[in-house]
Parts: sequence; C-alpha cells; structure tokens
Amino acid sequence: MTHGASPTDRAAALPTHDDLVDERIVICYYVAALSFLTISMIAGLLMALQLVHWYPFKGVELLSPGRWRMIHTNAIAYGFLANAFLGTLHWAVPRLTFHTVASRALSWFIFVAWQAIVLATAVGIVVGPTLQDRPWLLAAAKAWHLPMSLGAQGLEWGETPFWIDPVALVGLALVAVNFMVPIGRSRGPMYVSLWYFMAAFVWTFLTYAMGNLLPEYRVAGTSAGAIGGLFIHDLVGLFVTPLGWGLMYYFVPILLKKPIWSHGLSLVGFWGLAFFYPLQGIHHFLYTPIPMFLQYGAVISTIAVELVVATVVINFFGTLSGRGQAFFDNLPVRYFYTGMVFYFITCFQCALQVTLTFQKLIHFTDWVVGHAHLVMFGVFSLWLFGIMTYLFPRLLGRPWWSRSLCEYHYWLSAGGLAVMFLDLTLAGVFQGYYWASLQPWDVSTNGSQPFWITRVFAGLAMFAGLICFLVNLWMTARGAEATDPLPARAAGTPAA
Amino acid sequence: MFESKSGIFFIAGIGFFLLAFLGNGAVPMIMYKDRHEATAEEVVNKRVLAQFRDLSERYPEAFARAFGEPSAEACAEALRLGRQVYIGEGCWHCHSQFVRPVSNESRRFGPVSRSEEYDNELQRPVMFGTRRVGPDLSREGGRRGNDWHAVHFHKPRVVSVDSPMPEYPWFFDGSPDAPNRRGFAIITYVQWLGSWLDEYPYYEELPEVQGGS
Repeated sequence: MTHGASPTDRAAALPTHDDLVDERIVICYYVAALSFLTISMIAGLLMALQLVHWYPFKGVELLSPGRWRMIHTNAIAYGFLANAFLGTLHWAVPRLTFHTVASRALSWFIFVAWQAIVLATAVGIVVGPTLQDRPWLLAAAKAWHLPMSLGAQGLEWGETPFWIDPVALVGLALVAVNFMVPIGRSRGPMYVSLWYFMAAFVWTFLTYAMGNLLPEYRVAGTSAGAIGGLFIHDLVGLFVTPLGWGLMYYFVPILLKKPIWSHGLSLVGFWGLAFFYPLQGIHHFLYTPIPMFLQYGAVISTIAVELVVATVVINFFGTLSGRGQAFFDNLPVRYFYTGMVFYFITCFQCALQVTLTFQKLIHFTDWVVGHAHLVMFGVFSLWLFGIMTYLFPRLLGRPWWSRSLCEYHYWLSAGGLAVMFLDLTLAGVFQGYYWASLQPWDVSTNGSQPFWITRVFAGLAMFAGLICFLVNLWMTARGAEATDPLPARAAGTPAA
Repeated sequence: MFESKSGIFFIAGIGFFLLAFLGNGAVPMIMYKDRHEATAEEVVNKRVLAQFRDLSERYPEAFARAFGEPSAEACAEALRLGRQVYIGEGCWHCHSQFVRPVSNESRRFGPVSRSEEYDNELQRPVMFGTRRVGPDLSREGGRRGNDWHAVHFHKPRVVSVDSPMPEYPWFFDGSPDAPNRRGFAIITYVQWLGSWLDEYPYYEELPEVQGGS
C-alpha cells in the first residue's frame, strides 16, 4: 500500500509522497469542511431550539429557523461531507495510483469554486426568499412557467438555488476529470477503493444533474416525486456511501497493517451496491400516488441491498479479527469500526422500516430524522473524524496537542449521536400512534417535547465534541507542546 | 470486467444508473406523459378566488398595494409567489401535502391524495413533504378564515397555544391586519390547497372527537 518501503530498484523509481500529494490542499479542504460542519450544527441547533420554544431570535427574518434548517442539511452534504471527501481523495488517490491529480492548478480552482458554491447556496437560502416578491421575478416565472426560486429549491439536498446548479455541475465534472486522470494512468489491477471512487465520480455527476434539473424544469407532480426520491436516495447511496466505503477500504488495511479479509466479499459488496442501491428511490414516498408496483419494487430492492451491504460489514470485521486490540488503543480504528457498527444498525433498521407495515406508523415522524442522523453523523461523519484524527498529525508534522481532547471528541460525538438516535426513534413511534389515534394535533407536538428537549442536549453534546476537536486542532497547528503525546503505536508514524 | 476500469465506468457507473433511472424515473414519466400539466392560471378555481376576494375586502389598502384588483390573473400570480414562499421559508420541512390511505389519515384530513391532483406547475418539484411536525396541508383550504391565517402567520401561538411553528412577521407591514405581498401570497396558497375538492371532513365534527371527550 505505501510506496518506497522496499529498497528495490522499482521502489526507488516510484514517486515519493511529496511528489504525489499536495498536503496544503488537504489541509485547506479539512478546514473548510470543519467550518461548514460548525455552521451546519449551529443551524440544526436553531431548529431544535425552535421546536422546544426556546428560540432566541424570534421574528428575525434572516435567522428564520425554517431557512436555517435547509442550511443544516445542505451544508452537511456539500460543505462538510463533500469537502472532507475531496480533501481525503487528494491524499488517497495519488498514493493509490502513483500518479498526481490531473492538474494541481485545477485542484485549487475546484477548491475555491466549491467553497463559493456552498457559500452562495447558504446566502441564497437565507436571503433569496426576502427578494422573492420582486416584480421582474414574478414576471419571469409567469412568462416561462418555471419555479424561479432565488432561495432554496423544494427538494431535500437539492436546495441549491437554480442559478448555482450549472456552476455546481461544472464543478463536479471537473472533480471527476481531475481524479479520473490518475486512475486512468495507473497500471495493473485496480484496488477496491478505486472501484468505489471511480463509480462515485460518475454517479455523483449524473445524480446531481438528474435531481436538480428534471423535477424543476421537466416533470411535475407524481413523476417529480419519483425523481425526487431517486435523487435524495442516490446522493446517499451513490455519492456519500461509495466514497465512504472506498476510504475505509483504503485506511483500514493501512492502520491494521493487514489486507482486507476477503476479496470475493469486496466484489459482492461493490457490485451489489452498484446494482441495487439506485433502484430504491421511491421507497421515500410509500403510500403516495406513485404507482404501487414501483413502490413494491423499491421495497424489495431495498431489502436486497441491506443483505448485500451486510457482507461488506462482515468483510471488515473479518479483517479486524486478530487485531481486535486496535479497536481500543487506536482512535482512528475505533472511529471506523464504531461507524461500521452504526452502519450495520442503519441497514438492519432500513430493511425493517422500508416495509409498508413500518411505514404506516413511522412515515413523516422523527423516526426518519433519527435514521438520517444515524447514517450521516453516526457513520460517515465518524469515519471522516477518524480519518482526520489520523491524517492531521501527518499533515501538520506533529502529534495531537491533547490526546484526551481526541477522546472527548470521540465519546461526545458517538455518545451524543447514540442518544439522539434512540430518542428520535422512540419519539417517532409515539408521534405515529398519536396521529393514528385521531387525538388533536397538539397532543403529538406536546407529547414530543420531552424527546425534543433530549434531542437539544444530545445535539449540544455532539457540538461540544466538535469544539474539543477544533480547540485541539488549533493548539496542534500553532505548535503548542503536546500535553500527552500519543503512544507511538496509536499515533502511528508520519508517512514516509 | 468486474475489476476493470471500463467495466466499472460503463456498467456500474453509467449502466446501472441508467437502468435504475429507467425503472424508477422514466416509467412514471412515460405512464403520465399524456396528462396535461396545468398552469397556475388554470388551477385558480371559484373557491380560492372567493378567498382572494375576501382578502381584498378584509384588508383593502394593503391588498391594493400588493395585488391591485382581486382578478383571477392576480390570484394565479399570488399562487405562484405563495408557492415560492412555502418553499423558501421551509414550510415543506414540517408540513406534508399528501394524505395516505393508512393511519386514519383520510378521517383526519380528507380524501386520500390522487395522482391527478399534482399535475400542475405549482407541484414542480412536488411538495409531498418530508416530515409532519404540523398537520398535512393538502386539505387545508377553506378550513379556517383568512384572518385566522393572518394572525397565525404573524404569531402562531396567539391562535394555536402550544404550536412550535416559527413566527413570520416579515409577511406583514407591522401588524397582522396589514399583510404584504408575500403575506397575501402565502395565505392564498394555503387556501388553495384542497380547494379543488368539493368537501372534506372537519376534524372537530368527527364522531370519535365528539364522543371521545
């Protein structure tokens, strides 16, 4: 996996790490990712405070919780996850392929453009609705019969305003080119990570184009619902998931110093995901007027994909076998495997909740919100925290300032998430029964208060974890003397 | 094939994506391709127009400033803007727009949603919604008066004591009796939802609610 390790001629001819990886761009992407994560978590907190009647900025238009709720999800997808993935890909892809990205200048251009896109989206979401009643805009909407939203568009994760969409699409195409070139130049068999990365670059572009163009310009009503479901589902399954698993296939063997347990299971996992995952979009809209046979198809392929991804989890636990101690004394490994446990819970839960029986009760409730947090925070954010915990000491050339702050980050994040997940899942069951029992609507919102209050504090714990990480990072970056250096075994040694 | 660049690029990357798009996305598009997508002008009906006129009589000066005369054309304009407000303010994150055939929803809200109800430009993208903190709104039109809505948007807890809904004072010029353009638009939009149906039940009159106290 690592190069230059053996003193043979071939190894001597291989490019070194410094030739391959532009470490500054990795750092910049991580800083951007953590900044957007901070914004996103504050936005989520605002919505949580609104629900429990503690909102501090009542009646302030630009701090409306409804608008910031959209920033919460949008900034996670495009600000935190995308930036953190891009940063890590700038580390992993050149090292895997022994080729630099297509162009370093292009990398920096994409970096700047992507931050502009995410920031413009946030500004559009907050300021756009205020300007929505301008006469010229109304005239344009009337003339072309198009939804001219200066602010958010009405699709989850497709909130990006219409005037940013083309720019974002160009950005995604450039990302694909920039990383496909080194992959294309590499010789010999492709490692599992590269399968996932390559497919993800194609899928992300296609998914973004589909979801941000068709439901807004081409199709209305029920068909738009089907496309919308496909879009939100594909973004999880074809953008976040393959990049996440690809990085696990890269980092876990390095940290455990052993190969992946079964190559066959790797193949089953990748091709199963590629085939079944995109078939399920409609399961987000069960019991809608979308034709019932399509709903059944989506349910069946969802249950199928959960079986397939279970093989990936099995493969990784097979890899851990014999190195189990690493889970306890290697923090990145602990992050990775905690995420995988959450991933397994997510998939198990998904195979159940996708059935019509469960949907009857839990659709539209906080159960779904809990599920979303379990996937996006419990799995992918924890993985990225683990990767950052592993890479920052290498990028900065010194050990973490405080190991205990790293531990606090882990426990507050994982613990807070676990509480939030259980709390919202239970809240969803209560809400479902309140509604079905035909009691007045207030009964469901009042009955949710204990759960919503618990959620505020669970979210605060996760936010406190992030603060620990940021403080630790700040102190490490400015070169403060490490208070309690990691034992060499846990910290690893800086890359060759 | 399973581990080669071209196999992954063409079969997994493009092939499987297109296959799923055909199966999940193109099928409903083809099934419904002959349906007419109504414009905002075409979905204005006599009930929503009556509400629109009521707004002009109730708040004459503010209405004249915002929309002039309560014509059908102005009503379509209000619906278009109202939908934008509904999306831009994130209403659709806490209110759904479809009644499911389960969980007693047709008793609480009204008839189960049908596909034809969504064939118009105001459902592009469709406003099915993702979460119900507040109730479904697809049968909300006509349930409550325009003045109730004005007060409710201004300060929800004045009329709905325990509501967790945010306040929207920026829909008004100072007080709830002076809605601005966006205020009139969102009220008209909410009054339009369901107005194409002849009737739906009133929750307060359900036998379960009457006898259950």
